[in-house]
Amino acid sequence: MDSAADVAARLGATGYLADDELATVVFLASRMQRPLLLEGEPGTGKTALAEALAQALDLPLVRLQCYEGIDASQALYDWDFPRQILHLRALEAAGAVDSDEAEKSLYDERFLLARPVLAALRQAPAVLLVDEVDRADDEFEAFLLEVLSTWQVTIPEFGTVTAPEPPLVVLTSNRTRELHDALKRRCLYHWIDHPGLEREVEIVRSRAPEVGEQLARQVVSLVQQLRVRDDLLKPPGVAETLDWARALTHLGTTDLDLATAAATLGALLKYREDGDRVKAALDRMLSR
Amino acid sequence: MSVGAEELHAPDEVLLGFARALRAAGVPVTQDRAHGFLAAVAAVGLDDRRATWWAGRATLCGSPDDLARFDQVFAAWFDHRDGPPRARPRETPRPATAHLLPDAESGGAGRGDEDEDVLRVAASESEVLRHRDVATLDAHDKRRLDAMFVRLALRPPTRRTARHRRWHRGSVDASRTLRASLRRMGEPGEIAWRRRGTRPRRVVLLVDVSGSMSAYADALLRLAHRLTQSARAHGGVVETFTVGTRLTHVTRALRSPDPDRALVAAGEVVPDWSGGTRLGETLRVFLDRWGQRGMARGSVVVVFSDGWERGDAALLGEQMARLQRVAHRVVWVNPHRGKAGYAPLQGGVVAALPHCDDFLAGHSLATFADLTEVIARA
Repeated sequence: MDSAADVAARLGATGYLADDELATVVFLASRMQRPLLLEGEPGTGKTALAEALAQALDLPLVRLQCYEGIDASQALYDWDFPRQILHLRALEAAGAVDSDEAEKSLYDERFLLARPVLAALRQAPAVLLVDEVDRADDEFEAFLLEVLSTWQVTIPEFGTVTAPEPPLVVLTSNRTRELHDALKRRCLYHWIDHPGLEREVEIVRSRAPEVGEQLARQVVSLVQQLRVRDDLLKPPGVAETLDWARALTHLGTTDLDLATAAATLGALLKYREDGDRVKAALDRMLSR
Repeated sequence: MSVGAEELHAPDEVLLGFARALRAAGVPVTQDRAHGFLAAVAAVGLDDRRATWWAGRATLCGSPDDLARFDQVFAAWFDHRDGPPRARPRETPRPATAHLLPDAESGGAGRGDEDEDVLRVAASESEVLRHRDVATLDAHDKRRLDAMFVRLALRPPTRRTARHRRWHRGSVDASRTLRASLRRMGEPGEIAWRRRGTRPRRVVLLVDVSGSMSAYADALLRLAHRLTQSARAHGGVVETFTVGTRLTHVTRALRSPDPDRALVAAGEVVPDWSGGTRLGETLRVFLDRWGQRGMARGSVVVVFSDGWERGDAALLGEQMARLQRVAHRVVWVNPHRGKAGYAPLQGGVVAALPHCDDFLAGHSLATFADLTEVIARA
């Protein structure tokens, strides 16, 4: 990738429409070898960007889904205990065991289970997606920090694994809590907003080509109206727009009408209160 | 960007100067971020103004609040390169760095002869301000008081959970120990320990914004914002609703770290400022739609109201009883409680009081501090 325009073109070829700012930031991330921290409302295409990047650059995608309580052995590496024990028993059975040799043979690469981060370092060049990093605990960030700044992992019994080429790292956060500043400083920051009307129509057309032009436009315009309302518990994201457009297409709809819209609203709104509120205002919104 | 026209300054000087201006505007720009900015601009090319802008947003900012400030400073710094240097664009200081003492322009600053005296005067003034009724403050004192809200911090109350967590001592975690040993083909290993986990309890604030409470509404929402922010730092959740003639969920507006912006956002959401009070009815709506469903369950619910009920007081009593059955603790905060000669005689208060666990005053910063103590210990 040698310019922001090139990034945009390559991402576009996979069906991911990046605006100029996002393309520039991705370009910078690959050029400066810095992780990319994406924040934004749920459903604005943060995870999809990593997938599209891997596809566009023809690199393997390694995904690390964060959750509360995740620790180094689930993110980095682990030793395969059962196989180590089996190996020891086998050595015993063969007799004549030199204990030093046996111990050394235990910490061999074949007993090492590579978890996502280590896997990404070994497979590099690769795209490493650290998804929803805000769900993990603070301690986990400290540990990520080490890997993301040195691109290496030290395993006491084994040695240091260094990436031949730093992987392209994408971190996503839904901002359920504030990330530590040290981690943020290491990263390039980008806030993904909901797209505007025209762009969202393009996104629907590109991601779900089976949806007709007219339907796509109607769906998107209604979703955009919903997003500016402030009484919804969970305003729909682009992912929900796509779901809804696909749902309507499965029903054979080409022109959105009140009854079908009301019947399929469940694909768009995931709270009963939201659904009730929108249903009450639906005919006014559709007539716009 | 017309850096080429600028003979006096090298490009990196201009860029680093911009980073400094940004720091002065309240964005936490560190040295390494500034270096990252230079490297990024070098990568996208200096001659592209928009790319420089994007590179700056990516390298110098760390949160959505930073982005807005960045845009303002960027425009001020790069769009007016001709003419004398302008005053640095300065926003209001960030809440996190606000001073504990009120700003220097107040008190005796300006004379500057005896620093220590000034400090003492400022300190005692702020102490007085702490105990003043917020409804009686003039605009100047109110601004100083707003800055002092930073000192309030809520350590969210906790509850024990049914699930155990691993711990370095406590009771033996038999299943984990056995599982670990199975994984090693029955070889015994370390013993795992566990204890009951704890989680922060939810805190729900119901703020009366009707006409009789209008003098306190601003301070109470500021308090709600402060509680929301400080509880978040400990992983706690504070949900805020305004009540009056309607029930409005304002938690999302109050999540913005900047208090002024949060208050403006909340103000835009609430439709019934300074209207009448139908406390019983709105309370019923709250319980039906949110509370009983889970939001009030096991949480600490704080009602801020003077109890001037225009509707049916019996309904209010009924709903308060319902609330108390669901919630862990119900706290009623009345701004008039702390005043001399106050007796809880209003119909609403009389009906509600039997169903409250605490009845507190809430008219000054000092009483707000007491309230956070009560919530934290609930």
